[in-house]
Amino acid sequence: MERDDLIVNDSYSMQAHHSEEAGKKIRKNVWKVTAILTAITVAEVAMGIIFKRSETFTWTAIKWSFIILTLFKAGYIVMSFMHLGDERKNLRRVILVPYVIFIAYLIFIALTEGISHFDLWDVWK
Amino acid sequence: MAGEATKEIPKEVLWGGGRSPFSVSYGKMMMWYFLVSDALTFGGLLTAYGFIRHGSESPWPIGEQVFEALPGLEGQYPLAYVALMTFILIVSSVTMVLGVEAGHRNDKKGVIKWLGWTIVGGFIFLGSQAWEWSHFIHGSGGAFQLSENVTVTGTLANGETMQFDMLAGDRVYMDHHFGNIMEEYVEGSPNVSVTTAGGSVTAMSLGAHSHEATLEYLTVNKYIENRATVEGAEMMKLWNARSSDQFVFGANLSENEYGVQQQYSNFFFFITGFHGFHVFSGVVINIIIWFLVIQGIYEKRGHYEMVEKIGLYWHFVDLVWVFVFTFFYLV
Repeated sequence: MERDDLIVNDSYSMQAHHSEEAGKKIRKNVWKVTAILTAITVAEVAMGIIFKRSETFTWTAIKWSFIILTLFKAGYIVMSFMHLGDERKNLRRVILVPYVIFIAYLIFIALTEGISHFDLWDVWK
Repeated sequence: MAGEATKEIPKEVLWGGGRSPFSVSYGKMMMWYFLVSDALTFGGLLTAYGFIRHGSESPWPIGEQVFEALPGLEGQYPLAYVALMTFILIVSSVTMVLGVEAGHRNDKKGVIKWLGWTIVGGFIFLGSQAWEWSHFIHGSGGAFQLSENVTVTGTLANGETMQFDMLAGDRVYMDHHFGNIMEEYVEGSPNVSVTTAGGSVTAMSLGAHSHEATLEYLTVNKYIENRATVEGAEMMKLWNARSSDQFVFGANLSENEYGVQQQYSNFFFFITGFHGFHVFSGVVINIIIWFLVIQGIYEKRGHYEMVEKIGLYWHFVDLVWVFVFTFFYLV
């Protein structure tokens, strides 16, 4: 099993200093991520304006692309801005796996119940 | 511990067991755990919103028709303001990353500069949210309810005409010039008079700021599909069918003009309010740490990990907004 408490080189976060050159590279990446996040936001708003909700099939596709684009944005923020991508694999999993399991369950159960509530309007009318 | 560490770590920063799980400091790890639990809170709020929305019998208000105003401008700019707020928060996240990066180079001036800009971005976002709330609460003209069934012909946004069978109790929306005076009238202000003569309606407000507005069009289905404007004789049919005391202007905790579902505005207030509270506490924490950076506390300590920790919190606030933007405004 991989040891997660070994302190190798500069892996300990408090000691993680980097040089001027490494900084340049990091900053370049930061601006790249900024451009991606902005482009996605602009694309989302443009899609919201262009496509009309009455076209049911198109709107379902649009809705799902909103959600996928948002997950992309979230991924960039967590992995790049919050540096989770640079942390130990074990830490990454300890944070992400429980959250994803809980939230997937919550979404599933809430939406299932919500749809069932909607169907009950006809029954109790 | 001997033989495990290849680098000397000061005892006081190691954990109680003499080891450092995941090779992060205690503080940073606990910040992550806090953020996971906070993310579950926001996840719970947004899924609750999804639950209510999926279970709703009436059509849910459409984001780009509710949020389409820009400060100081007439006209419709769907979601432009919210997109701008999203962009502001992303930019302030970027300045925070640059601040953390400067910290890793022990560049005190850089940290002060970038953390400073992050605080400025936070204030701009809070100000924007205050405007957004104010606009949401005041509404854009309000609506009256019909007291009887009316069939009218209206014009859709694409120019086509369509016939609408409006039922008693349905809402008909006024434009904001007319609606604002109407609101004073409904509140019982003695300075306001509303006269219906021939085919036109004029609302007049005398007093300190005297102004008047003529009813030019009414809107049906303003916040749902098939929004249409109704003019001329058709408009008068709607106006004459209004019930004299059933009006709604803007939103509060007991009524809102946007949807027949009160949960719509309640969720708006709670979700964006809870997020705004996070932004506010983030700004306060950032300011405190900014002063500590200026005092040179972290320079003496040899590392700027505290900036990294508050950075995590700040990015999290941005992360939550990305989801609020998608699920409350876009979808």
